[in-house]
Amino acid sequence: MSTKSDLSRFLRWDVAVGILLVAVFATGAGTTEGFATTGNLSFALNDIAEVAIIALPMTLLVVAGEIDLSVASMLGLASAVSGKLWESGWAFETIVPVVLAIGVLGGLLNGWLVTRVGLPSLAVTIGTLTLYRGLASVALGSNAVTDFPETYARWTSDTNTVLGILPYPFALFIVLAAVTGVVLHATGFGRSLFATGAQEEAAYFSGIRVKRIKLLLFVLTGLLSAFAGIVFTLRYGSARADNGQGFEMLVIASVLLGGVDFDGGKGTLGGAIAGVLLIGLLKNLLILNDVANEVQVIVTGLLLVASVLTPRVIAAALERRHRRAAAAV
Amino acid sequence: MDQPKSAERPVLSLEDASKSFGAVRALQGVSLALFAGEAHALAGENGAGKSTLIKVLAGVHRPDAGRVLVDGEPVTFHGPSDARDAGIAVIYQEPTLFPDLTVAENIFMGRQPRRSFGRVDHRSVRDATQALIERLGVDLDPGQLCRGLSIADQQLVEIAKALSFDARVLIMDEPTAALTGAEVARLFGVVRTLREQGTAVLFISHRLEEIFALCQRVTTLRDGRLISSDPVDGLTEDDLVRRMVGRDLDELYPKQPARIGETALAVRRLTREGVFTDVSFDVRRGEIVALAGLVGAGRSEVVRAVFGVDRADAGDVHVAGNKLPAGSPTAAMAAGVALVPEDRRQQGLVMELSIERNIGLTGLDRLGRGGLVRRTLERGRAADWAVRLQLKYNRLSDPVGVLSGGNQQKVVLAKWLATEPGVLIVDEPTRGIDIGTKAEVHRLLSSLAAEGLAVLMVSSDLPEVLAMADRVLVMHEGRITAELPRALATEESVMAAATGRTAGGEKAA
Repeated sequence: MSTKSDLSRFLRWDVAVGILLVAVFATGAGTTEGFATTGNLSFALNDIAEVAIIALPMTLLVVAGEIDLSVASMLGLASAVSGKLWESGWAFETIVPVVLAIGVLGGLLNGWLVTRVGLPSLAVTIGTLTLYRGLASVALGSNAVTDFPETYARWTSDTNTVLGILPYPFALFIVLAAVTGVVLHATGFGRSLFATGAQEEAAYFSGIRVKRIKLLLFVLTGLLSAFAGIVFTLRYGSARADNGQGFEMLVIASVLLGGVDFDGGKGTLGGAIAGVLLIGLLKNLLILNDVANEVQVIVTGLLLVASVLTPRVIAAALERRHRRAAAAV
Repeated sequence: MDQPKSAERPVLSLEDASKSFGAVRALQGVSLALFAGEAHALAGENGAGKSTLIKVLAGVHRPDAGRVLVDGEPVTFHGPSDARDAGIAVIYQEPTLFPDLTVAENIFMGRQPRRSFGRVDHRSVRDATQALIERLGVDLDPGQLCRGLSIADQQLVEIAKALSFDARVLIMDEPTAALTGAEVARLFGVVRTLREQGTAVLFISHRLEEIFALCQRVTTLRDGRLISSDPVDGLTEDDLVRRMVGRDLDELYPKQPARIGETALAVRRLTREGVFTDVSFDVRRGEIVALAGLVGAGRSEVVRAVFGVDRADAGDVHVAGNKLPAGSPTAAMAAGVALVPEDRRQQGLVMELSIERNIGLTGLDRLGRGGLVRRTLERGRAADWAVRLQLKYNRLSDPVGVLSGGNQQKVVLAKWLATEPGVLIVDEPTRGIDIGTKAEVHRLLSSLAAEGLAVLMVSSDLPEVLAMADRVLVMHEGRITAELPRALATEESVMAAATGRTAGGEKAA
């Protein structure tokens, strides 16, 4: 409509989160000793790497109007299976493809239940959240497997960096993010995701293979969650069935905080990445300031609520204005 | 004849009302008077200011200037409930009932008669509802859930609800857009009954014949201004059209002669159980074939199955001699079939996305190399078609939802014509769009056929069918009951076949 409402569309939520990110960084640097050091930042980035990696396919899923809550359980399952197989004497080079295949299978199950059986993804993945975590416990029990080979573990250390600051897992995330960004924002496939999330029926009537696309996204999410499980296992040098418990909330909070609409069809990858970094920095600041773990959980919870609520409030305000303008035409 | 009821005071009137939204002047100095026992039509193209006028009367908007008068007294409505309390009821095109409540519960929502301890007195709710339904002279069960009621029945529930508020003014915003012929007739019966009981009616419709059938007086708006307010007697449809569009329409249905070529689309024994049975027909290049029939006869379902968004249980679809795989819109598109669907807002367009993205949606693999989308190509495709179809828009990056209905339909046409189809299927191509755009759509379909496109058109608009089609297929209860060449297609022959009486035309194979 008017230039003004378009302007407000440009002053978008994801940009605001980016600004908030810079503000939090500046505040942290000013108030917390040891925050703005290379060593700490490398640690902070590495600490958020798995969440960040999973946030990429999650962004695509949420844009397409679906969600996957089973990602952290898949991470745990991947970790447990890696541990079990390593304990049984498998070569690490064999373990990796097997674990990734498990991620693909888990994603296929989610996607099949959603696209072929027609169940809502929220319900399906609450189910598989429990299922995959349960399978992880079956695989490894309450044991921890710890003696992973140094050659691989070194790769995930925060003291082993690219360009002096980026740990390898986070560097890998950057590469994946660049690819995801191009896919979402500059390809026909990305256009299809937005259309599907905004109006699935119209997308289907336009010849977009809605179900196939969604299935593919669930598989991709399962695959990257399993991969994140391997990274996590190596980074902590410990394979446990309960690894990454609760990470799904961090991932989803990041994505929603970054302005990706829970109802699908809206959002940017840049926003989601800003969301991930914001959550990573806050987590790091809370740790540095010796804030209890419980409080960290509360902060994540509040951010999740705020990230869902605030865009709604803004959208409602815009909608009112938009409707008043539309009523005039 | 200028003031037939000058002795009477209007029940509801608007004096010199203006309303602006930002820079848009939706109403400028418009006056309108509604009298008891009179049905008054409000005519005008989309964007003429009809909706704004209704919303002012309904208390949704307050006029910037001018007055609303009830029984000659100036009033200020602070909201829709004020208007309702003053006896003004609005029936919108799409009823807003609670699907899981009964008819009676919907009518008395929030103000049910109570028994002791605040319990709802279901019996008196039921009885009161029964009384209202009888007053309307229709057949509805007060205890029925609203889920599953047809749009027509839901409107009657809304009207009953309005009566329960003792409405003296009934405003109906395009109530007939989604109704079948029989339902329209029943609705008109109800409206006439109410009118005789002294209700003032304000009626909005894009169908001119309905205005002439139902109303005594017609007020025409154009660009937010009052053009005229006259008795319907003595007006012709042409007069009204001229007032609405402000120019003569050379021809509402310009049909160009086209050379009919080889078969482009062949449908053979297509069946979807319980929906349609044994449907066979051909559409040839250069030909416009209409699929006529009553709503619910299975016409839209047939074209959906042809395009593949629904999967047929049996039968084949051949395009240019090649059999299409069942249930694959993607394959149908690749073979050169395009479907402009019935429901523009749900199926035709992604309302939140921009004009250019919507037009690009059908050609994502052609907008660049290696799956990438080049924005210049995307914009170029949209700009090309926007010009060719004379789309009225502000910017191509605007969400398509801000456009008027007619312009939205042009975007749907654009997105499909951009695929350069050989077979164009259009389902109710002009439903709910203004008369000027309607003529443009007809001209477009006609010239596309002249260029050799095969057009299959589903339409409930009988004049449109008769004027546009080279051949008319009529469906009744899921079967093709008649195939009428242009020369034999008349209102009578089509309606006879559509209602299941044997028609003059030969039966399709």
